[in-house]
Amino acid sequence: MIKNISNLGDAALYCDFGNEVNKSINSQVIKYFKTIKEKKFEGINNLTPSYNKLIISYDLKKTNFKEVKNYVENINAQDSKDINSKKLEIPVCCHENFSMDIKRLEEILKLSREKILENFLNKEYFCYMTGFIAGMPFLGDLDENMRAQRLETPRVKVPKGSVALTEQFANIYTFESPGGWNILGNTPLDVFDSSKEDKPNLINPGDTVVFKEITLDQYKNYNE
Amino acid sequence: MSSNYLEIIRPGINTTFQDKGRDHLYHIGIPFSGAMDNRNYLIANKLVNNNLDSAVIEFAYQGPHIKYSGEKINCAITGDVIFSIKKKDTEIEGKCYESYQIENGDEINIISTNKSVYGYLALGGEFDLKFQWNSCSINTKANIGSNDGKKLDVGQRINLKKINSNKDIKKTNYINTKIENIRVIKGTNFDYFSEEGKKIFYEKEFTVSKLSDRMGMRLEGPKIDNIVNTNIKSEGLIKGVIQVPADGNPIIMLSDHGTIGGYPKIGVVASVDYDRLVQMSPGSKIKFKEINLSDAETLFKLYEMETQNLLSQI
Repeated sequence: MIKNISNLGDAALYCDFGNEVNKSINSQVIKYFKTIKEKKFEGINNLTPSYNKLIISYDLKKTNFKEVKNYVENINAQDSKDINSKKLEIPVCCHENFSMDIKRLEEILKLSREKILENFLNKEYFCYMTGFIAGMPFLGDLDENMRAQRLETPRVKVPKGSVALTEQFANIYTFESPGGWNILGNTPLDVFDSSKEDKPNLINPGDTVVFKEITLDQYKNYNE
Repeated sequence: MSSNYLEIIRPGINTTFQDKGRDHLYHIGIPFSGAMDNRNYLIANKLVNNNLDSAVIEFAYQGPHIKYSGEKINCAITGDVIFSIKKKDTEIEGKCYESYQIENGDEINIISTNKSVYGYLALGGEFDLKFQWNSCSINTKANIGSNDGKKLDVGQRINLKKINSNKDIKKTNYINTKIENIRVIKGTNFDYFSEEGKKIFYEKEFTVSKLSDRMGMRLEGPKIDNIVNTNIKSEGLIKGVIQVPADGNPIIMLSDHGTIGGYPKIGVVASVDYDRLVQMSPGSKIKFKEINLSDAETLFKLYEMETQNLLSQI
Protein backbone atom coordinates (compact mmCIF):
# COMPACT_ATOMS: atom_id res chain seq x y z
CA MET A 1 0.00 0.00 0.00
CA ILE A 2 1.03 3.61 -0.43
CA LYS A 3 2.52 4.78 2.85
CA ASN A 4 2.76 8.42 1.99
CA ILE A 5 1.97 10.78 -0.88
CA SER A 6 3.85 14.03 -1.26
CA ASN A 7 4.63 16.42 -4.08
CA LEU A 8 7.73 16.22 -6.25
CA GLY A 9 7.85 19.78 -7.47
CA ASP A 10 4.58 21.29 -8.67
CA ALA A 11 3.81 18.80 -11.43
CA ALA A 12 4.27 15.35 -9.93
CA LEU A 13 3.04 13.14 -7.13
CA TYR A 14 5.58 11.12 -5.15
CA CYS A 15 3.98 7.92 -3.89
CA ASP A 16 6.12 6.17 -1.31
CA PHE A 17 5.54 2.44 -0.74
CA GLY A 18 8.39 2.01 1.77
CA ASN A 19 12.15 1.80 1.82
CA GLU A 20 12.89 -1.87 1.32
CA VAL A 21 13.51 -3.38 -2.09
CA ASN A 22 11.56 -6.58 -2.49
CA LYS A 23 9.16 -8.26 -4.83
CA SER A 24 6.10 -7.79 -2.67
CA ILE A 25 6.48 -4.00 -2.32
CA ASN A 26 7.40 -3.68 -5.99
CA SER A 27 4.32 -5.71 -7.00
CA GLN A 28 2.19 -3.16 -5.16
CA VAL A 29 3.89 -0.35 -7.07
CA ILE A 30 3.28 -2.13 -10.36
CA LYS A 31 -0.34 -2.78 -9.45
CA TYR A 32 -0.97 0.91 -8.86
CA PHE A 33 0.98 1.80 -11.98
CA LYS A 34 -1.12 -0.51 -14.16
CA THR A 35 -4.43 0.54 -12.61
CA ILE A 36 -3.75 4.26 -13.03
CA LYS A 37 -2.39 3.76 -16.54
CA GLU A 38 -5.56 1.95 -17.62
CA LYS A 39 -7.88 4.54 -16.16
CA LYS A 40 -6.37 7.42 -18.12
CA PHE A 41 -7.07 10.22 -15.65
CA GLU A 42 -7.27 13.55 -17.48
CA GLY A 43 -4.04 15.47 -16.98
CA ILE A 44 -1.77 12.60 -15.88
CA ASN A 45 0.92 12.47 -18.55
CA ASN A 46 3.49 10.03 -17.18
CA LEU A 47 4.00 7.29 -14.60
CA THR A 48 7.35 6.01 -13.35
CA PRO A 49 7.25 2.88 -11.20
CA SER A 50 10.51 1.97 -9.46
CA TYR A 51 11.52 -0.45 -6.67
CA ASN A 52 9.32 1.11 -4.01
CA LYS A 53 8.11 4.45 -5.39
CA LEU A 54 5.63 5.54 -8.02
CA ILE A 55 5.99 9.00 -9.53
CA ILE A 56 2.93 10.39 -11.26
CA SER A 57 3.54 13.40 -13.50
CA TYR A 58 0.71 15.63 -14.58
CA ASP A 59 0.10 18.59 -16.82
CA LEU A 60 -0.24 21.61 -14.57
CA LYS A 61 -2.38 23.27 -17.22
CA LYS A 62 -5.03 20.57 -16.75
CA THR A 63 -4.92 19.49 -13.13
CA ASN A 64 -3.00 19.99 -9.89
CA PHE A 65 -1.53 18.21 -6.89
CA LYS A 66 -4.72 18.22 -4.84
CA GLU A 67 -6.86 16.70 -7.59
CA VAL A 68 -4.38 13.98 -8.52
CA LYS A 69 -3.68 13.13 -4.88
CA ASN A 70 -7.38 12.85 -4.16
CA TYR A 71 -7.79 10.62 -7.21
CA VAL A 72 -4.92 8.30 -6.27
CA GLU A 73 -6.05 8.02 -2.65
CA ASN A 74 -9.45 6.80 -3.74
CA ILE A 75 -8.30 4.31 -6.30
CA ASN A 76 -8.95 0.69 -5.66
CA ALA A 77 -5.81 -0.89 -7.01
CA GLN A 78 -7.41 -4.31 -6.52
CA ASP A 79 -9.69 -3.47 -9.42
CA SER A 80 -6.91 -3.73 -11.92
CA LYS A 81 -6.73 -6.71 -14.20
CA ASP A 82 -4.25 -9.38 -13.23
CA ILE A 83 -0.69 -8.31 -13.62
CA ASN A 84 -0.06 -9.59 -17.07
CA SER A 85 3.49 -10.82 -16.60
CA LYS A 86 5.62 -12.88 -18.92
CA LYS A 87 8.44 -15.30 -18.34
CA LEU A 88 11.35 -14.69 -20.70
CA GLU A 89 14.52 -16.52 -21.60
CA ILE A 90 17.37 -14.19 -22.58
CA PRO A 91 20.36 -15.69 -24.41
CA VAL A 92 23.67 -14.42 -23.10
CA CYS A 93 27.18 -15.05 -24.34
CA CYS A 94 29.84 -14.81 -21.65
CA HIS A 95 32.81 -15.31 -23.98
CA GLU A 96 35.85 -13.24 -23.02
CA ASN A 97 35.06 -10.93 -25.94
CA PHE A 98 32.12 -9.71 -23.91
CA SER A 99 32.73 -10.38 -20.22
CA MET A 100 34.88 -7.28 -19.71
CA ASP A 101 34.68 -7.28 -15.94
CA ILE A 102 34.97 -11.00 -15.18
CA LYS A 103 38.47 -10.59 -13.68
CA ARG A 104 37.27 -7.76 -11.48
CA LEU A 105 34.27 -9.82 -10.37
CA GLU A 106 36.49 -12.84 -9.62
CA GLU A 107 38.60 -10.63 -7.35
CA ILE A 108 35.75 -8.85 -5.60
CA LEU A 109 33.51 -11.89 -5.14
CA LYS A 110 36.40 -14.28 -4.52
CA LEU A 111 34.75 -16.80 -6.80
CA SER A 112 35.98 -18.52 -9.97
CA ARG A 113 34.61 -17.58 -13.37
CA GLU A 114 32.77 -20.91 -13.54
CA LYS A 115 31.15 -20.40 -10.17
CA ILE A 116 30.12 -16.81 -11.02
CA LEU A 117 28.46 -17.96 -14.23
CA GLU A 118 26.82 -20.89 -12.51
CA ASN A 119 25.36 -18.64 -9.83
CA PHE A 120 24.24 -16.09 -12.37
CA LEU A 121 22.64 -18.53 -14.79
CA ASN A 122 20.85 -20.74 -12.26
CA LYS A 123 18.58 -18.01 -11.08
CA GLU A 124 15.24 -16.50 -11.93
CA TYR A 125 15.11 -12.71 -11.97
CA PHE A 126 12.25 -10.35 -11.40
CA CYS A 127 12.00 -7.11 -13.39
CA TYR A 128 11.46 -4.30 -10.87
CA MET A 129 11.46 -1.45 -13.35
CA THR A 130 12.69 -0.22 -16.70
CA GLY A 131 14.34 3.04 -17.48
CA PHE A 132 17.31 5.32 -17.00
CA ILE A 133 17.94 4.68 -20.69
CA ALA A 134 15.06 3.46 -22.84
CA GLY A 135 14.05 -0.11 -22.09
CA MET A 136 16.83 -0.93 -19.62
CA PRO A 137 15.46 -3.58 -17.21
CA PHE A 138 16.47 -3.59 -13.53
CA LEU A 139 16.46 -7.27 -12.55
CA GLY A 140 16.82 -8.78 -9.11
CA ASP A 141 17.87 -10.25 -6.86
CA LEU A 142 21.38 -11.58 -7.09
CA ASP A 143 22.49 -13.79 -4.20
CA GLU A 144 24.45 -12.14 -1.39
CA ASN A 145 27.73 -13.65 -2.62
CA MET A 146 27.26 -12.15 -6.09
CA ARG A 147 27.00 -8.50 -5.12
CA ALA A 148 29.66 -6.07 -6.31
CA GLN A 149 29.78 -2.28 -6.30
CA ARG A 150 29.77 -0.37 -9.56
CA LEU A 151 33.05 0.63 -11.19
CA GLU A 152 34.81 3.56 -9.57
CA THR A 153 35.15 5.24 -12.93
CA PRO A 154 32.24 4.45 -15.22
CA ARG A 155 32.94 3.51 -18.83
CA VAL A 156 32.25 6.20 -21.39
CA LYS A 157 30.81 3.58 -23.73
CA VAL A 158 29.21 0.33 -22.68
CA PRO A 159 28.40 -1.80 -25.77
CA LYS A 160 24.78 -2.43 -26.70
CA GLY A 161 23.47 -5.71 -25.33
CA SER A 162 25.86 -5.81 -22.37
CA VAL A 163 24.55 -7.82 -19.43
CA ALA A 164 25.91 -6.32 -16.24
CA LEU A 165 25.72 -6.53 -12.45
CA THR A 166 25.74 -4.11 -9.53
CA GLU A 167 24.75 -4.79 -5.95
CA GLN A 168 21.66 -7.04 -5.96
CA PHE A 169 20.72 -6.20 -9.56
CA ALA A 170 21.42 -7.23 -13.13
CA ASN A 171 20.61 -5.13 -16.16
CA ILE A 172 20.92 -5.05 -19.92
CA TYR A 173 22.25 -2.03 -21.81
CA THR A 174 19.64 -1.56 -24.51
CA PHE A 175 21.94 0.63 -26.58
CA GLU A 176 25.46 1.96 -26.32
CA SER A 177 25.61 4.26 -23.36
CA PRO A 178 27.94 5.41 -20.60
CA GLY A 179 27.70 3.16 -17.57
CA GLY A 180 29.41 1.81 -14.50
CA TRP A 181 28.00 -1.69 -14.01
CA ASN A 182 30.17 -4.84 -14.04
CA ILE A 183 29.87 -6.41 -17.48
CA LEU A 184 29.47 -10.18 -17.52
CA GLY A 185 28.26 -10.94 -21.04
CA ASN A 186 26.22 -9.80 -24.00
CA THR A 187 22.87 -10.68 -25.50
CA PRO A 188 22.20 -10.65 -29.24
CA LEU A 189 18.53 -9.87 -28.58
CA ASP A 190 17.10 -6.42 -29.18
CA VAL A 191 15.78 -5.63 -25.74
CA PHE A 192 14.54 -2.22 -26.88
CA ASP A 193 13.15 -1.58 -30.35
CA SER A 194 11.85 1.93 -31.00
CA SER A 195 10.22 0.85 -34.26
CA LYS A 196 7.69 -1.17 -32.24
CA GLU A 197 5.80 1.76 -30.81
CA ASP A 198 3.16 -0.28 -29.01
CA LYS A 199 5.69 -2.62 -27.37
CA PRO A 200 9.23 -1.25 -27.58
CA ASN A 201 10.42 -3.06 -24.44
CA LEU A 202 11.06 -6.79 -24.50
CA ILE A 203 11.13 -6.93 -20.70
CA ASN A 204 8.59 -5.06 -18.59
CA PRO A 205 8.13 -4.50 -14.86
CA GLY A 206 6.68 -7.64 -13.27
CA ASP A 207 8.20 -10.00 -15.85
CA THR A 208 10.44 -12.90 -14.90
CA VAL A 209 13.74 -13.45 -16.69
CA VAL A 210 16.19 -16.33 -16.90
CA PHE A 211 19.50 -16.11 -18.73
CA LYS A 212 20.56 -18.96 -20.98
CA GLU A 213 24.20 -19.22 -21.94
CA ILE A 214 25.07 -19.41 -25.64
CA THR A 215 28.43 -19.94 -27.33
CA LEU A 216 30.23 -17.34 -29.42
CA ASP A 217 29.19 -19.18 -32.60
CA GLN A 218 25.56 -19.24 -31.52
CA TYR A 219 25.86 -15.55 -30.70
CA LYS A 220 27.26 -14.72 -34.12
CA ASN A 221 24.59 -16.73 -35.93
CA TYR A 222 21.78 -15.61 -33.68
CA ASN A 223 20.11 -13.09 -35.95
CA GLU A 224 20.44 -15.14 -39.12
CA MET B 1 10.31 14.42 -54.36
CA SER B 2 9.11 17.60 -52.78
CA SER B 3 10.10 20.74 -54.61
CA ASN B 4 10.22 22.81 -51.44
CA TYR B 5 13.20 22.04 -49.24
CA LEU B 6 16.02 23.26 -47.04
CA GLU B 7 19.65 22.43 -47.46
CA ILE B 8 21.96 22.55 -44.47
CA ILE B 9 25.11 24.48 -45.34
CA ARG B 10 26.30 24.50 -41.71
CA PRO B 11 24.40 22.51 -39.09
CA GLY B 12 25.35 24.46 -35.96
CA ILE B 13 26.26 22.87 -32.66
CA ASN B 14 23.14 21.09 -31.55
CA THR B 15 20.39 21.53 -34.09
CA THR B 16 17.34 19.28 -33.87
CA PHE B 17 13.67 19.14 -34.76
CA GLN B 18 11.44 19.64 -31.77
CA ASP B 19 7.74 19.85 -31.09
CA LYS B 20 5.58 19.42 -27.99
CA GLY B 21 7.41 16.21 -27.09
CA ARG B 22 6.05 12.78 -26.15
CA ASP B 23 4.31 11.66 -22.98
CA HIS B 24 3.25 8.41 -21.24
CA LEU B 25 6.67 6.82 -21.82
CA TYR B 26 8.63 7.42 -18.60
CA HIS B 27 7.91 3.87 -17.48
CA ILE B 28 9.83 2.45 -20.42
CA GLY B 29 12.69 4.91 -20.07
CA ILE B 30 11.80 7.63 -22.56
CA PRO B 31 11.63 11.28 -21.41
CA PHE B 32 9.34 14.04 -22.70
CA SER B 33 11.95 15.76 -24.89
CA GLY B 34 10.27 18.52 -26.93
CA ALA B 35 11.28 22.16 -27.25
CA MET B 36 13.33 23.23 -24.24
CA ASP B 37 11.86 26.73 -24.07
CA ASN B 38 8.20 26.05 -24.63
CA ARG B 39 7.05 29.66 -24.79
CA ASN B 40 9.50 30.59 -27.54
CA TYR B 41 8.56 27.43 -29.42
CA LEU B 42 4.86 28.37 -29.40
CA ILE B 43 5.53 31.98 -30.44
CA ALA B 44 7.70 30.82 -33.36
CA ASN B 45 4.84 28.70 -34.71
CA LYS B 46 2.27 31.44 -34.23
CA LEU B 47 4.43 33.97 -36.13
CA VAL B 48 4.33 31.83 -39.27
CA ASN B 49 0.63 30.86 -38.99
CA ASN B 50 1.37 27.25 -38.06
CA ASN B 51 -0.56 25.01 -35.72
CA LEU B 52 1.00 25.54 -32.32
CA ASP B 53 2.20 21.94 -32.07
CA SER B 54 4.11 21.98 -35.37
CA ALA B 55 7.75 20.97 -35.59
CA VAL B 56 10.41 23.68 -35.51
CA ILE B 57 14.18 23.68 -35.75
CA GLU B 58 15.77 24.17 -32.33
CA PHE B 59 19.38 25.26 -32.12
CA ALA B 60 21.78 25.95 -29.26
CA TYR B 61 24.55 28.59 -29.21
CA GLN B 62 25.61 28.54 -32.87
CA GLY B 63 22.65 27.94 -35.18
CA PRO B 64 22.43 26.49 -38.68
CA HIS B 65 23.11 28.16 -42.01
CA ILE B 66 20.34 27.10 -44.33
CA LYS B 67 19.52 27.53 -48.01
CA TYR B 68 15.91 27.42 -49.10
CA SER B 69 14.61 26.17 -52.44
CA GLY B 70 11.00 26.35 -53.52
CA GLU B 71 7.97 28.60 -53.58
CA LYS B 72 7.59 31.56 -51.23
CA ILE B 73 7.32 30.70 -47.55
CA ASN B 74 7.34 32.60 -44.24
CA CYS B 75 9.93 32.05 -41.56
CA ALA B 76 10.48 33.42 -38.06
CA ILE B 77 13.10 33.09 -35.36
CA THR B 78 12.46 33.39 -31.63
CA GLY B 79 14.77 33.62 -28.67
CA ASP B 80 17.62 36.08 -28.36
CA VAL B 81 19.34 35.33 -31.64
CA ILE B 82 21.71 37.04 -34.07
CA PHE B 83 20.96 36.07 -37.66
CA SER B 84 20.81 37.35 -41.20
CA ILE B 85 18.72 36.61 -44.26
CA LYS B 86 20.54 36.65 -47.56
CA LYS B 87 18.46 37.45 -50.62
CA LYS B 88 19.59 37.60 -54.25
CA ASP B 89 21.26 40.98 -54.04
CA THR B 90 21.03 41.96 -50.41
CA GLU B 91 21.65 40.65 -46.95
CA ILE B 92 19.44 41.89 -44.13
CA GLU B 93 20.06 41.71 -40.43
CA GLY B 94 17.28 39.60 -38.96
CA LYS B 95 15.08 40.55 -36.03
CA CYS B 96 13.58 37.95 -33.72
CA TYR B 97 9.80 37.87 -33.27
CA GLU B 98 9.10 39.03 -36.83
CA SER B 99 8.21 36.86 -39.75
CA TYR B 100 9.95 37.19 -43.09
CA GLN B 101 9.03 35.91 -46.49
CA ILE B 102 11.80 33.96 -48.17
CA GLU B 103 11.94 32.60 -51.69
CA ASN B 104 13.93 30.25 -53.87
CA GLY B 105 17.67 30.60 -53.25
CA ASP B 106 17.42 32.68 -50.07
CA GLU B 107 19.64 31.77 -47.14
CA ILE B 108 19.10 32.04 -43.40
CA ASN B 109 22.31 32.29 -41.43
CA ILE B 110 21.85 31.89 -37.70
CA ILE B 111 25.07 33.13 -36.23
CA SER B 112 24.47 32.62 -32.53
CA THR B 113 22.22 32.99 -29.55
CA ASN B 114 23.01 36.03 -27.45
CA LYS B 115 23.70 35.39 -23.74
CA SER B 116 21.18 32.57 -23.91
CA VAL B 117 21.14 28.98 -25.11
CA TYR B 118 18.20 28.01 -27.33
CA GLY B 119 16.57 29.61 -30.32
CA TYR B 120 13.81 28.44 -32.66
CA LEU B 121 13.37 28.63 -36.41
CA ALA B 122 9.84 28.04 -37.67
CA LEU B 123 8.81 27.80 -41.30
CA GLY B 124 5.24 28.45 -42.38
CA GLY B 125 4.39 24.95 -43.41
CA GLU B 126 5.02 21.37 -42.46
CA PHE B 127 8.33 19.55 -42.56
CA ASP B 128 8.26 16.02 -43.94
CA LEU B 129 9.34 14.16 -40.80
CA LYS B 130 9.04 10.77 -39.19
CA PHE B 131 6.99 10.68 -36.01
CA GLN B 132 7.62 8.30 -33.13
CA TRP B 133 5.05 8.18 -30.37
CA ASN B 134 3.20 11.16 -31.87
CA SER B 135 6.25 13.39 -31.81
CA CYS B 136 9.08 14.20 -34.18
CA SER B 137 11.26 15.51 -31.34
CA ILE B 138 14.79 14.24 -31.69
CA ASN B 139 16.29 12.52 -28.66
CA THR B 140 19.92 12.08 -29.67
CA LYS B 141 20.68 9.87 -26.69
CA ALA B 142 18.16 7.14 -27.51
CA ASN B 143 18.14 7.95 -31.24
CA ILE B 144 14.42 8.44 -31.17
CA GLY B 145 12.34 10.75 -33.37
CA SER B 146 12.81 12.28 -36.79
CA ASN B 147 16.13 12.26 -38.66
CA ASP B 148 16.87 8.83 -37.12
CA GLY B 149 17.15 10.55 -33.76
CA LYS B 150 20.30 12.39 -34.82
CA LYS B 151 21.28 16.06 -34.94
CA LEU B 152 20.98 17.80 -38.30
CA ASP B 153 24.10 17.41 -40.39
CA VAL B 154 25.92 19.31 -43.10
CA GLY B 155 24.64 18.81 -46.65
CA GLN B 156 21.37 17.37 -45.50
CA ARG B 157 18.18 18.10 -47.39
CA ILE B 158 14.92 18.59 -45.49
CA ASN B 159 11.69 18.48 -47.44
CA LEU B 160 8.52 20.37 -46.69
CA LYS B 161 5.33 18.53 -47.42
CA LYS B 162 3.07 21.56 -47.13
CA ILE B 163 3.34 25.34 -47.31
CA ASN B 164 0.79 27.49 -45.50
CA SER B 165 -1.50 29.45 -47.77
CA ASN B 166 -1.77 32.13 -45.10
CA LYS B 167 1.35 34.21 -45.71
CA ASP B 168 0.45 37.19 -43.49
CA ILE B 169 3.52 38.78 -42.00
CA LYS B 170 3.39 38.83 -38.19
CA LYS B 171 5.31 40.62 -35.49
CA THR B 172 5.33 40.83 -31.73
CA ASN B 173 7.28 42.91 -29.25
CA TYR B 174 8.16 40.12 -26.85
CA ILE B 175 11.36 40.50 -24.88
CA ASN B 176 12.93 37.55 -23.10
CA THR B 177 13.22 38.54 -19.50
CA LYS B 178 16.09 37.28 -17.44
CA ILE B 179 15.44 36.35 -13.85
CA GLU B 180 17.78 36.59 -10.94
CA ASN B 181 16.37 33.77 -8.88
CA ILE B 182 15.21 30.35 -9.94
CA ARG B 183 12.33 29.37 -7.73
CA VAL B 184 12.39 25.85 -6.32
CA ILE B 185 10.19 23.60 -4.26
CA LYS B 186 11.80 21.52 -1.54
CA GLY B 187 12.86 18.08 -2.80
CA THR B 188 11.94 14.70 -1.36
CA ASN B 189 15.44 14.22 0.12
CA PHE B 190 15.90 17.77 1.43
CA ASP B 191 16.68 16.41 4.89
CA TYR B 192 19.64 14.42 3.58
CA PHE B 193 21.67 17.62 3.59
CA SER B 194 23.41 19.36 6.47
CA GLU B 195 22.03 22.63 7.87
CA GLU B 196 25.03 24.32 6.32
CA GLY B 197 24.33 22.56 3.00
CA LYS B 198 20.70 23.71 2.97
CA LYS B 199 21.81 27.26 3.72
CA ILE B 200 24.34 27.17 0.89
CA PHE B 201 21.65 25.91 -1.49
CA TYR B 202 19.37 28.87 -0.87
CA GLU B 203 21.87 31.60 -0.15
CA LYS B 204 24.91 31.10 -2.34
CA GLU B 205 25.43 31.61 -6.04
CA PHE B 206 26.09 28.73 -8.42
CA THR B 207 27.60 28.86 -11.88
CA VAL B 208 26.21 26.99 -14.89
CA SER B 209 28.90 24.58 -16.08
CA LYS B 210 29.94 23.93 -19.68
CA LEU B 211 28.88 20.32 -19.20
CA SER B 212 25.23 21.19 -19.71
CA ASP B 213 23.02 19.98 -22.52
CA ARG B 214 19.41 18.96 -23.25
CA MET B 215 19.71 16.19 -20.64
CA GLY B 216 20.90 18.18 -17.71
CA MET B 217 22.45 21.35 -16.36
CA ARG B 218 25.45 20.92 -14.11
CA LEU B 219 26.23 23.59 -11.57
CA GLU B 220 29.50 24.54 -9.90
CA GLY B 221 30.00 26.44 -6.70
CA PRO B 222 30.11 25.78 -2.99
CA LYS B 223 29.63 22.08 -2.21
CA ILE B 224 26.41 20.87 -0.63
CA ASP B 225 27.19 18.47 2.16
CA ASN B 226 25.15 15.28 2.51
CA ILE B 227 24.83 13.86 6.04
CA VAL B 228 22.58 10.85 5.40
CA ASN B 229 23.48 8.96 2.23
CA THR B 230 24.85 10.08 -1.12
CA ASN B 231 22.80 7.39 -2.89
CA ILE B 232 19.14 6.51 -2.70
CA LYS B 233 17.38 3.49 -4.18
CA SER B 234 16.91 4.43 -7.83
CA GLU B 235 13.55 6.04 -8.51
CA GLY B 236 11.79 8.14 -11.11
CA LEU B 237 12.86 11.62 -12.11
CA ILE B 238 11.04 14.51 -13.71
CA LYS B 239 12.40 17.54 -15.47
CA GLY B 240 13.49 20.26 -13.09
CA VAL B 241 14.62 17.84 -10.36
CA ILE B 242 17.86 18.99 -8.72
CA GLN B 243 20.00 16.01 -7.72
CA VAL B 244 23.14 16.30 -5.63
CA PRO B 245 25.62 13.44 -6.14
CA ALA B 246 28.48 12.63 -3.79
CA ASP B 247 30.70 15.43 -5.11
CA GLY B 248 28.24 18.02 -3.77
CA ASN B 249 27.62 19.74 -7.12
CA PRO B 250 23.93 19.99 -8.11
CA ILE B 251 22.64 18.68 -11.45
CA ILE B 252 19.28 19.85 -12.78
CA MET B 253 17.36 17.38 -14.95
CA LEU B 254 16.29 18.86 -18.28
CA SER B 255 13.94 17.68 -21.05
CA ASP B 256 16.02 14.69 -22.32
CA HIS B 257 16.93 13.42 -18.82
CA GLY B 258 17.44 9.79 -17.81
CA THR B 259 14.11 8.63 -16.40
CA ILE B 260 15.55 6.98 -13.28
CA GLY B 261 18.19 8.23 -10.90
CA GLY B 262 19.80 7.35 -7.62
CA TYR B 263 21.05 10.65 -6.23
CA PRO B 264 19.23 12.56 -3.48
CA LYS B 265 16.86 15.27 -4.65
CA ILE B 266 17.37 18.57 -2.85
CA GLY B 267 14.76 20.51 -4.82
CA VAL B 268 12.66 20.80 -7.95
CA VAL B 269 12.55 23.88 -10.17
CA ALA B 270 9.06 25.41 -10.24
CA SER B 271 7.39 24.95 -13.63
CA VAL B 272 6.99 28.72 -13.98
CA ASP B 273 10.77 29.15 -14.23
CA TYR B 274 11.66 26.23 -16.48
CA ASP B 275 11.67 28.15 -19.80
CA ARG B 276 13.99 30.77 -18.34
CA LEU B 277 16.20 28.24 -16.56
CA VAL B 278 17.08 26.40 -19.78
CA GLN B 279 18.18 29.66 -21.38
CA MET B 280 20.94 30.22 -18.80
CA SER B 281 24.22 29.74 -20.63
CA PRO B 282 27.46 28.34 -19.17
CA GLY B 283 29.05 30.86 -16.87
CA SER B 284 25.71 32.38 -15.80
CA LYS B 285 25.10 32.76 -12.08
CA ILE B 286 22.11 31.00 -10.52
CA LYS B 287 20.54 31.62 -7.15
CA PHE B 288 17.71 29.49 -5.83
CA LYS B 289 14.73 30.80 -3.93
CA GLU B 290 12.34 28.54 -2.05
CA ILE B 291 8.61 28.76 -2.72
CA ASN B 292 5.77 26.54 -1.57
CA LEU B 293 3.56 24.37 -3.75
CA SER B 294 0.53 26.62 -3.78
CA ASP B 295 2.57 29.69 -4.79
CA ALA B 296 4.24 27.62 -7.51
CA GLU B 297 0.83 26.58 -8.85
CA THR B 298 -0.45 30.17 -8.85
CA LEU B 299 2.69 31.52 -10.49
CA PHE B 300 2.47 28.90 -13.23
CA LYS B 301 -1.16 29.80 -13.89
CA LEU B 302 -0.18 33.44 -14.33
CA TYR B 303 2.75 32.50 -16.57
CA GLU B 304 0.47 30.35 -18.69
CA MET B 305 -2.10 33.20 -18.97
CA GLU B 306 0.66 35.52 -20.06
CA THR B 307 1.77 33.01 -22.71
CA GLN B 308 -1.81 32.71 -24.00
CA ASN B 309 -2.11 36.52 -24.09
CA LEU B 310 1.12 36.84 -26.02
CA LEU B 311 -0.07 34.25 -28.53
CA SER B 312 -3.50 35.81 -28.95
CA GLN B 313 -1.92 39.16 -29.82
CA ILE B 314 0.05 37.69 -32.72
